[in-house]
Amino acid sequence: MLETLKTLGLQKNQLIKDIRTATPKDGFRGLPSIDINADENWQECMSVCPTGALKIADGEASIDLGKCTLCGECARYCKNDGIKFSKFHKLGAVNREDLIVNGELNPIKCKEEIKKFFGKSLKLRQVSAGGCNSCEMELNACSNANFDMGRYGVDFVASPRHADGVVITGPVTKNMAKALEDTYFACAEPRIVIVVGACAISGGVFQDSEEIDRSFFERHKPDLYIPGCPAHPLTIINAILDFIGAK
Amino acid sequence: MDVNMNILEFKNNQKIKRADIPVMDFESFSKKILPYEVRVINLFAKKEDGKNRLYCIFADDKNKKLFLTTTYVGESYPSLTSSKPCLHMFERLIYEETGIMPEGHPFLKPVRKQDGNTYKFLESHDTQTHEVAVGPVHAGIIEPGHFRFLCNGERVNHLEIQLGFQHRGVEDLLKKRPSIQLAESICGDETIAQSLAYARAMESLSNIEITQREKLIRLIALEMERMAIHVGDIGAVAGDVAYSIGANVLGVTRTLVINTMLELSGSRFGKGLMKFGGVNFDIDLTMRTKILNMLEEVCDRTDKMVEAMFAHATVISRLENTGFVGKKKAREIGLVGMAARAAGEEFDARVFDDYEDFEITTMKTGDVYARTYLRYLEIKKSAKIIKNLLNKLEDTETEINNKRFSLNLEPDCFVFSIVEGWRGEVAHCVMTDKNSYIETYKIKGASFNNWFGLALAVRNNQISDFPVCNKSFNLSYCGFDL
Repeated sequence: MLETLKTLGLQKNQLIKDIRTATPKDGFRGLPSIDINADENWQECMSVCPTGALKIADGEASIDLGKCTLCGECARYCKNDGIKFSKFHKLGAVNREDLIVNGELNPIKCKEEIKKFFGKSLKLRQVSAGGCNSCEMELNACSNANFDMGRYGVDFVASPRHADGVVITGPVTKNMAKALEDTYFACAEPRIVIVVGACAISGGVFQDSEEIDRSFFERHKPDLYIPGCPAHPLTIINAILDFIGAK
Repeated sequence: MDVNMNILEFKNNQKIKRADIPVMDFESFSKKILPYEVRVINLFAKKEDGKNRLYCIFADDKNKKLFLTTTYVGESYPSLTSSKPCLHMFERLIYEETGIMPEGHPFLKPVRKQDGNTYKFLESHDTQTHEVAVGPVHAGIIEPGHFRFLCNGERVNHLEIQLGFQHRGVEDLLKKRPSIQLAESICGDETIAQSLAYARAMESLSNIEITQREKLIRLIALEMERMAIHVGDIGAVAGDVAYSIGANVLGVTRTLVINTMLELSGSRFGKGLMKFGGVNFDIDLTMRTKILNMLEEVCDRTDKMVEAMFAHATVISRLENTGFVGKKKAREIGLVGMAARAAGEEFDARVFDDYEDFEITTMKTGDVYARTYLRYLEIKKSAKIIKNLLNKLEDTETEINNKRFSLNLEPDCFVFSIVEGWRGEVAHCVMTDKNSYIETYKIKGASFNNWFGLALAVRNNQISDFPVCNKSFNLSYCGFDL
């Protein structure tokens, strides 16, 4: 018992005091930008992208953050810094098309009705539908003593009956399609859908697989998209807080 | 005929001409792989020129040797599982993927395939027994899988685990469009181990030799991954026995490791570090200092926390004699990796790797206590290994190469790459066809062997001890389902 009490000292300074201004460690690959005027072999840059997130044609360039795994492979292929990854980590969006960007991202606008319902308390049920366990571990990390998302009233709950919506990770495998649908309908209305990670948003590196079934998203439009591979806890928490209009 | 003539001894990551792969008749084949001492790493079937061929890769761990042999079979063959139970999952997968029937297999149930609700669980007609069904969606934030318990009161008589929910067709995708990013996503908590096995297999097939510095950086990352997960998992075990301070302190201690990984590679899980033909990021002097400082801090905190935790009677009483799988049982069902070493099995795929003077750490008791405490011993060992590797790094070239390679695989070749991830061995087996395309990509992770170990571990335990048993193994769903 005494030994345990002594370890209380190890608890100090763990909490990130201000989630809104905290940034990931240096080296983090965040929001990318393309300099279309740089002298690059754009065809080759596009071909190295594992998910086909890059679009460069007729003087227009964009990256689809819903597909991008932030692997940085394209930037490494560029010889003259044509593509750069910034440290900017607040990558969430409420519309799919907002994720197709070049260096700038529209901030999330909170809807009044969302703020009214969920502004002070949002309980979520997570469903992993083919996720590789890295997004899942980052979602777990959101509730640890560093990030402590619970202080904003945002929590993950065990039962969909207690949840205001689902958080989906993974490309949605055929074998999980039904369980995902069942979990969604087990949540009380109004229910929201949050998709985390490139796999969940677009299929990611698994988009060409014959073993996935993404028809869920034809029936239920996601309310919040959180890109990454995996999404960083600061990206996840900030996106959710913006979405529910928390300070 | 001397049986040994038809067995190929090979080295980890050695490229082998497919024409040189030996064949033996089925009887000699089964005689060779059935003995108790032979540890089968992978057994799979493929159709070649209209014939069915079984491939078996096995190890002589004591002498650090790997072997390969094959045999031809018809549409069926006598199942080997009844003589060697650890082959049961391999044979189920052979049947599922190719339709070749292992005659006399005791429970030829699906491995990953799911057609509606047709999976037949073991049922009990005893009126004293009740069933508990859990999953596929679990209470916490974890991957999906279905657990069916047969219980008598609180006591678990039997547990059956149905998997396949995570099946994404990874092997098929790797054949069509191999990429390091895909390999990293085979199993996110083993990112480094999986991408390393992939990169080494592809480099071997493309005749690319990487520099010593790059080899060292890869191993440093592999050991950092091991440390991070083990620290987190001891915390998770603490959480499951309601020792909250352990869960809290170790949870954030893990953050120190993965944040250093982020500074090294741009991702907390090391995604982006590995490249085909080396690594993308160098460990310079600043990075080296950061890693050393991190090691010191992590070891200090873990020492203090784990010591306090294991001195606490309520923790010990929940861990000791819980979820027991002994050495004999472990060998019989083919446990691998950390779970096997916790039961006293002495093998570790790191002996096939570039480590110098690697010594295997084991525990004896095979219970949750052993699987948890072994993680602590491995954390300390990994820290020591990383320090050694960092020292060696100074003697190598001053920089990594920034060259980009394109896949240029040699036709008609075979390669087998084995890496000891934190759970246990990650084994990738790749074969190319005559046009240099990938014809076969077989992945076997430790979870493929160990899920059955979990099912046995919870027998005769309280069902309330299931979470802590589960955490002590911490197996991968996607690493199994692929």
